[in-house]
Amino acid sequence: MNNSVDWSAVKADFPVLQRRIDGERLVYLDSANTSQKPNAVIDAMADFMRHGYGPINRSAYRLAGEATDAFEGARAKVRTFINAPHAHEVVFTKNATESSNLIAASWGRANLNRGDVVVLTHMEHHANIVPWHMLAAERGIELRWIPLTDDGELDLSNLGSILDGAKALSFTAMSNVLGTITPVTALCRAAHDAGAVAIVDACQFVPHNVTDVQAWDADFVTFSSHKMVGPSGIGVMWGREALLDAMPPFLGGGNMIADVKLDGFTCAELPAKFEAGTPPIVEAVGLGAAVDYLTNIGMANVRRHEMHLTSYALDTLTERYGDDITIHGPRNPEVRGAVLSFAFRGIHPHDISQVLDEKNVCVRAGHHCAKPLMRLLGANATARASFYIYNDESDADALADALDGASDIFGF
Amino acid sequence: MPGLEDLYREIILDHYRSPRNRGELPPPAHKAEGHNPLCGDEITVFVQLDGDVVSDVKVSGQGCSISQSSASMMSQAIKGKSLDEVRALVHRFKVMMSIEEDADDAAAPTVKLGDLEALQGVVKFPVRIKCATLAWNTLVEALEN
Repeated sequence: MNNSVDWSAVKADFPVLQRRIDGERLVYLDSANTSQKPNAVIDAMADFMRHGYGPINRSAYRLAGEATDAFEGARAKVRTFINAPHAHEVVFTKNATESSNLIAASWGRANLNRGDVVVLTHMEHHANIVPWHMLAAERGIELRWIPLTDDGELDLSNLGSILDGAKALSFTAMSNVLGTITPVTALCRAAHDAGAVAIVDACQFVPHNVTDVQAWDADFVTFSSHKMVGPSGIGVMWGREALLDAMPPFLGGGNMIADVKLDGFTCAELPAKFEAGTPPIVEAVGLGAAVDYLTNIGMANVRRHEMHLTSYALDTLTERYGDDITIHGPRNPEVRGAVLSFAFRGIHPHDISQVLDEKNVCVRAGHHCAKPLMRLLGANATARASFYIYNDESDADALADALDGASDIFGF
Repeated sequence: MPGLEDLYREIILDHYRSPRNRGELPPPAHKAEGHNPLCGDEITVFVQLDGDVVSDVKVSGQGCSISQSSASMMSQAIKGKSLDEVRALVHRFKVMMSIEEDADDAAAPTVKLGDLEALQGVVKFPVRIKCATLAWNTLVEALEN
């Protein structure tokens, strides 16, 4: 791994960031929402469609074989990237949301009955809440919640009693609103000590950190390609082989069967069992290229770069605006990712976002698909700036400069 | 690209800073809650009818300058109006927002948008049309309740 990354060269790899709107550059600070794509990913997908596209797993001709190799090659890359024991434990889904739904629907229906307890946290986004609500409505399971500290970290002081008797603990590795990085390994251990499976929603974590599902000792891990410089339309659900083997299928159809008769069917082996129908083939190739791209930079370098940017942005905004800006989440960069949700001079986030857009500064305004957390923060919405590998200090400066415009208009 | 001055007109900012008819009305006033799932804005509209006439209206909730000022101006505009006039006003407003075709309904009473015309600039910022129409959709729902 290379320890000195040329970050300006990284930025230059992303063609959309060369775009000028009204002559001004684009300052993209919405990567927690979805990330931009480098040439390496764009070219890999276009090249595959131009020269190598074909069906997977179902035809004998050369093109089909090559396409299958490309698709399975992407799976192998993902396995290495997250240090999973086996490639066949890596299931391709539509996105992290579908991955969560797969776990709740398949593992949940097979293992949870009335009164069984699933533990979530107050900082989950809707993808790790609603599938469990749906199961609660269907099965009568009970949901318990790990609360937050004032600093926006998980309050683990009563973890033992919250987990007592639980069948599953499903939690985020990093909050998409607060940026908080949670103690994943400790939480997995606590879940196992209580006899619960540990489900890690890692869609904000995997794009920005070294991920090792075996070091975590997790049971399931979910994430999306589109947040890690890969294409939209494909996500990952990793699970332990023994758990996946014991689970019923999720969606039914072609590819997921070993045999179909008039009176029933038998399932295919992993991972096909959970991949009904034609999967996102081109997208898998793009995800594989994204994994290569990030691996080449080095995820430890990514994390260092983002810690530096987070500290720089926190310091810049605080020095410039003092008490006029409230930044949610932990101040310690060791336990926070490059996500800054903030309130500014009482101006509504939607209006902040509109004014920043005048300067081509792209931030998310809204509830970030985490309404329970927003209610705890006492806000209907926040503005959120999130940083990634193609951002630099000048982007944090542009954000700070553009905020002045909001004060001018709203006169607070 | 349209400038922010087209969006944030002074009259809009005035209604945002000092919203009119804020509050709640007890039953039997009609009531509906509206949400903008895009940005988390929440609004509750209360309408008191005296026969066929809107005798009082209150608005509560939180939101951005556009949703709040639109709600404030709407509350002023419909107070004292008949239900037919209110429906015609809702239609005129939605035509201005480019989300309804001009019905050219000769039977409908003639209504003027007045201050509400300040919101015309919103059309140039399509993402914000949902902010401007939130209160209006909630009003329609309240009248149906």
